[in-house]
Amino acid sequence: MLPVVLWSDALVFLLVASLTLFFMRLRRYPLNRQRWAQVFGSRLGMLTFTVISVYVAIALLDSLHFRKALAPVPGQPADTVYYDNRVTSVLDVMLVGMGDRFERTYSAPFALKSFEKQNMKDAAGNSIRDFPPLDHAGTHLDSPEDRAADILWRSVKALLLGLVITALWLAPQWLLLRASPFPWWVSWLTQAATICLFTWIVSLSRVYHILGTETAGADVLYQSLKGVRTAVLLGTLSTLIMLPIAVTLGVAAGYFKGWVDDVVQYLYTTLSSIPGILLIAASVLLFQVYIDLNPDFFSVGLEKADARFIALCLILGLTSWSSLCRLIRAETLKISQLGYVQAAHAFGVSHTRILGRHILPNVVHIILITFVLDFSAMVLAEAVLSYVGVGIDHQMGSWGNMINSARAELSREPTIWWTLTGAFTFMFVLVLAANLFSDLVRDAFDPRSTSKEIAA
Amino acid sequence: MSKFATSLLLLLLPWLTACGEKPWNNPHPPGSAGENVYQTMMASTPPKHLDPAISYAADESVFLMQIYDPPMAYHFLKRPYELIPGSLAAFPLIEVLDSNGQVLPAGADEIAFTRYTLTLRDDLRYQPHPAFALNAQGEPLYLFESAAEGAAYRQLPDFPETDSRLVLASDYAYAIRRLADPEIGSPMLALMGQYIVGMQELTETLKSAPRQGWLDLAAYELRGVEVLDEHQLSITINGTYPQFVYWLAMHFFSPIPPEADRFYHNPGFLERNLTLDWWPVGSGPYMMTVNDPNSAIVLERNPNYREDYFPTEGAPGDRERGFLADAGERLPMIDKAVFTMEKGLLSLWTKFLQGYYDRSGETRGNTGGFFDQAFVVSPDGLEMSPEIADKGIAMTPDVKPGTYYYGFNMRDPVLGGYTEERRKLRRALQIAFNTEEYLNVFYKGNAIVGHMPIPPGIPGFVEGESGINPYTHEWIDGEARRRSTEEARQLLAEAGYPNGRDKETGEPLRIYMDVQSQAISKAQMTWIERNFDAIGVQVEFRASDWNRTREKYLTGNTQIFSLGWLADYPDPENFLFLLYGPESPLECDCDGANNANYNRPEYNALFRQVKVMPPGPERDAVVAQMVDLYREDAVWLYNFYPLDVYLNHAWVYNSKRHGISKGTLKYLRLDPSQREQSQRAWNQPEAWPMYAGAALFVGLLLPGVISYRRRLYATAKEG
Amino acid sequence: MFAYIVRRLLYAIPILIGVNLLTFALFFVVNSPDDMAASQLGEKYVTPEAIENWKRKNGYDKPLFVNADAAGIDSLTETIFFQKSVRLFAFDFGRSESGRDITTDVATRMWPSLAVALPTFLVGIGVNICVALMVVLFHATRLDRWAVALFVGLMSISYLFYIIGGQYLVAKTWRLVPISGFSAAAEPWKFLVLPVLVGVIAGIGAGARWYRTLFLEEAYQDYVRTARAKGCSEMRILFRHVLPNALIPILTGVVVVIPSLFMGSLLIESFFGIPGLGSYMLDAIRSQDFAIVRSMVFIGSILYILGLILTDVSYTWADPRVRLN
Repeated sequence: MLPVVLWSDALVFLLVASLTLFFMRLRRYPLNRQRWAQVFGSRLGMLTFTVISVYVAIALLDSLHFRKALAPVPGQPADTVYYDNRVTSVLDVMLVGMGDRFERTYSAPFALKSFEKQNMKDAAGNSIRDFPPLDHAGTHLDSPEDRAADILWRSVKALLLGLVITALWLAPQWLLLRASPFPWWVSWLTQAATICLFTWIVSLSRVYHILGTETAGADVLYQSLKGVRTAVLLGTLSTLIMLPIAVTLGVAAGYFKGWVDDVVQYLYTTLSSIPGILLIAASVLLFQVYIDLNPDFFSVGLEKADARFIALCLILGLTSWSSLCRLIRAETLKISQLGYVQAAHAFGVSHTRILGRHILPNVVHIILITFVLDFSAMVLAEAVLSYVGVGIDHQMGSWGNMINSARAELSREPTIWWTLTGAFTFMFVLVLAANLFSDLVRDAFDPRSTSKEIAA
Repeated sequence: MSKFATSLLLLLLPWLTACGEKPWNNPHPPGSAGENVYQTMMASTPPKHLDPAISYAADESVFLMQIYDPPMAYHFLKRPYELIPGSLAAFPLIEVLDSNGQVLPAGADEIAFTRYTLTLRDDLRYQPHPAFALNAQGEPLYLFESAAEGAAYRQLPDFPETDSRLVLASDYAYAIRRLADPEIGSPMLALMGQYIVGMQELTETLKSAPRQGWLDLAAYELRGVEVLDEHQLSITINGTYPQFVYWLAMHFFSPIPPEADRFYHNPGFLERNLTLDWWPVGSGPYMMTVNDPNSAIVLERNPNYREDYFPTEGAPGDRERGFLADAGERLPMIDKAVFTMEKGLLSLWTKFLQGYYDRSGETRGNTGGFFDQAFVVSPDGLEMSPEIADKGIAMTPDVKPGTYYYGFNMRDPVLGGYTEERRKLRRALQIAFNTEEYLNVFYKGNAIVGHMPIPPGIPGFVEGESGINPYTHEWIDGEARRRSTEEARQLLAEAGYPNGRDKETGEPLRIYMDVQSQAISKAQMTWIERNFDAIGVQVEFRASDWNRTREKYLTGNTQIFSLGWLADYPDPENFLFLLYGPESPLECDCDGANNANYNRPEYNALFRQVKVMPPGPERDAVVAQMVDLYREDAVWLYNFYPLDVYLNHAWVYNSKRHGISKGTLKYLRLDPSQREQSQRAWNQPEAWPMYAGAALFVGLLLPGVISYRRRLYATAKEG
Repeated sequence: MFAYIVRRLLYAIPILIGVNLLTFALFFVVNSPDDMAASQLGEKYVTPEAIENWKRKNGYDKPLFVNADAAGIDSLTETIFFQKSVRLFAFDFGRSESGRDITTDVATRMWPSLAVALPTFLVGIGVNICVALMVVLFHATRLDRWAVALFVGLMSISYLFYIIGGQYLVAKTWRLVPISGFSAAAEPWKFLVLPVLVGVIAGIGAGARWYRTLFLEEAYQDYVRTARAKGCSEMRILFRHVLPNALIPILTGVVVVIPSLFMGSLLIESFFGIPGLGSYMLDAIRSQDFAIVRSMVFIGSILYILGLILTDVSYTWADPRVRLN
């Protein structure tokens, strides 16, 4: 086994680490604690946070990549090991080969037979054309009629197993957090539901295709799950790339004013006046050319896809900093007029100190709100970009690409609806959770909305 | 309660009134269903060029071949494809000449030139066009000194006066001179420059010609093209090139009236897209009356079209299929053809099923993901779900004279080379790639597995047992069966890679495929990976855009590459040259077509022979030898021949697909009244969602209003 | 005010130059003139001469930014950048790589775009404000919370689904309107119903939520409380007091997009086959037609700047206290 660390893997773990650190530091401020308490004190906050965490967990599991070692053959030097060129992730292992059970072509959810007819030989050796049975669905059944009972029985078993795992998983949490004032039970319920769902998926997917299969016979549910990592990483990484630019320029413009302000204003007006999609398309093509011209940098195909993915995050970040920058600039302008900042100036406090002590902490809430808001916007944007043709590389799973191919499938009679459904459900749940959560964060952190709630 | 009753009534209303109503979703102008107007769609990208000297794309030929009338044409029904005179009165007279221009007897050796003498029909007239309009003095009416004079005319239909004239032999000569003009940049320049006598000289002369507006090309000499009289001209080419006569069936050689060229060079016309590239002027069965690339192109019957009749004989079986019902009828048969731009697959297929398009597949014959998602082709024909099977949709396929293939780079250090080991290695990969399955899954059966570079319908193609590639297939039970994976593994082991691992080092064999990123989907990639995984070979895809891919091909920097080739004419030479050594980009330092860099002296010698041989069994025997060499060396990983398909509704007649010629619109016939009935029957609207939507809206509003009133009332009471 | 507008327009020039520089740099790294020629000329029989010829004809045979061969000022003007971008300022967009006149195309494609975008915009604002006002009436009740949840839910659905769903249900299953197409002559409304409906419904979530926030901010101001104390009805408070005062933030968000309506919507237009500027852009990106992209970027920037100026002007109209100088 050879661990493979893709750039995006490294970045996302770095991001998780720095976020944790950031929140640890934030906890020290009582005001922040109070605000977070407001977010997590609500049941909705708990619920959405747990849902997002589940997605992030899937993304992280899918970010632990490795290449399997190939069995040595006679004649091979003892000290060399060769590896499969396919990159596997921990998530793949947990799904127990769900992505390796291919059919010939389309099949409906829980179907036993293919969606398309095929030339076959019947028992008597005559050529017939009919729907062939699937290779990996319901092969254990004696007759097709047993399917419903079989699904039910397997579901019950899976749920029982899920409950056991839930109990083990939640027990330490319960011991730790039972005295907490927050409504943890909502989170636990969600976790329980997720674990049960996961065991159900894993156990049923071994004998059925829960969401059917696509053109080349790959499992749709597996593809949808692989899309999670792409979405989560795109949402977080692009915002992460944009933050330093927006914050530095915004604070600098608002604080130093004068020509710095002029330059920054010029930059973001110019950038935001270009129709976004054109800018993104041009930049993506640019990176594609760079990748094409330097094929030696990437030893496996996934690395190339990953480079393009990072490039996409980078571009989305670079093209979307202007609105945050504008907000921060305005806020900084306001703060730097305040009495205590003026006083600090009068006392000859250095710029660095004023920025670090007075300005930055007071714009943190804007950054935070933008981070959560932009996350869902990026996830949605990915689908559109894939439609335009400048989205994620085909080698990486992505909901945008799934939707894109599903458009053609809708014209089939009877309709092939499952690819679209898979992508839609996974995307909708994530974006909805993120949107609801961002609402709560904004209510808690935006000074205006707090006053409003009090007034109400 | 009364409101509820009303909405219930509203819900029932549609069923009371719906039957026999006019469809609401007709995308065409009201009442057009009953007219003799053919409705179809065009590809998602509009034609870029409609100048017959420049255009070189199938999507554009669909229009050009209806508007222009080239010297030669193809027989509509007969297969294999048969050349017939188009705007010529008879087949061209072909004479071979010696270096002094003297006619040689047949079978002579020292052939220096070949001369084609073309005799035109005498009833050829151009479509009505403003370029032909004359004033009282007999001078062209629309000839302007400045841009301001012609500013009122924005579109071609804006010109009130039109006229026509006879087609002259000099117009054909003018068209050939246009091919030589470097300013126009015809794709034929390079190829025809080698053949037509004096063409390269003319190009050189024209490079330095003074250009102010229109340049009268007729004033420049082209030695190889001679206008003998009004209806006769001769074209002289270097050496022999038996395939030249096929080129005469393409739009490059159709007549261009110099007046039209001059008309379009009026000052300010270019800025308004009034160009020959946009508004063709031809003598064919149709003329272009609307050219709005964003929404539609409309062709209308050319009132001046020559006498032309539906063929009275066809291929075997054509009579039974009804293709000869209109034998002897005057052409064209429909008045107008509307090509509507359609971008989305869902909307395209939906409109077709609703009966608003008469036929699909006019451009981009449905293959390559255009909308082949919608149906499956089984060996017995079209396979449709019961829901739409009773609509009477019929399919006529024809093999495109082309092939798509993945080739090995014969210069590659791992897979290339001519040793027996390497051949076995390539054969193992050939067997492992299950082309039959690939075509079923991704082309829905709309293609044929290739056993040789030459597609069906072209001389040299062999069907049946003797036509299979014996290295990859066996003939069992009357059908070609792919050799087993075990055999592939065996070959792989013999080639030095047992189980896909190098027998010396144990390193796994990894092959690289250079593909164009737009031309391959993730599904296809995983499918291919799975295929090679079965014999233990790892695949890596190197996808890039077309420009980058092209660069790689030109520098030979590939291992396995993907390409397609569409032939210009039905001759094996046009396919076999894909493997001709000197055609390799690395040999000729040009944009050569032999990207496999296959270079085998025997093959090259045979190719030179085939190139000048007349068609016949002798030539076929040489072709067979070449095919054997190709199979022995296993040059391509796989290839297949795509099928072009028309899907048409029951009211469309004479919809036989022609693999090469696009000029078949004139044969088409419609039954508009049947169309109108079917459209009406298939498109009764389901109005209840509208009423349900309205009810939902009211339902949402009502509790709001009620509780608002209650609240208002409550406040007042308390306050 | 006139002087202000003139100054703002002058300020637009450096921005437009910056925009041009950026697009130029981006596209020429991607696509060298040779690449452009190769992709425009097609795949068969592309000779080096043909490529040179194409470059000369389309004006790509000069250096990019600095011409070392020319002397003096010519070293800057005899370049692709200067030749191609200065003409943009005179609204001369030149010809697309495939030879079409871009100005003509833009002028004809603008109207279909507007025909879809304007109704979507107006109906959208109307519907959103109505919905928001209704929700504000019930602020802090259960109805309000559910409405907000519904808005967030609607916001979380990808635009693509609205379009695909609309086409599938309304046009394919119920056969109420044509599934795509556009006609300026015969019954144009038939083609507009569905795109406008989809556009409006897709916008309700975000729009109504935003208006709700704006109205709520006003709804708890002192003057509203005073009005309520006077015994004004809720309706009167909303329409006479809250709505006019919420106008400034509404204008900030709304006026800026008005000029951009000409650009149309990329997705709506390409799905519904509307021959507007949105689908024009998409086609240009897909075929890497640099001349069109460059022109569209330029037009887009101008319209955006125009939107900013319009916003400022509209402030003076909405709030007499605002003066532009």
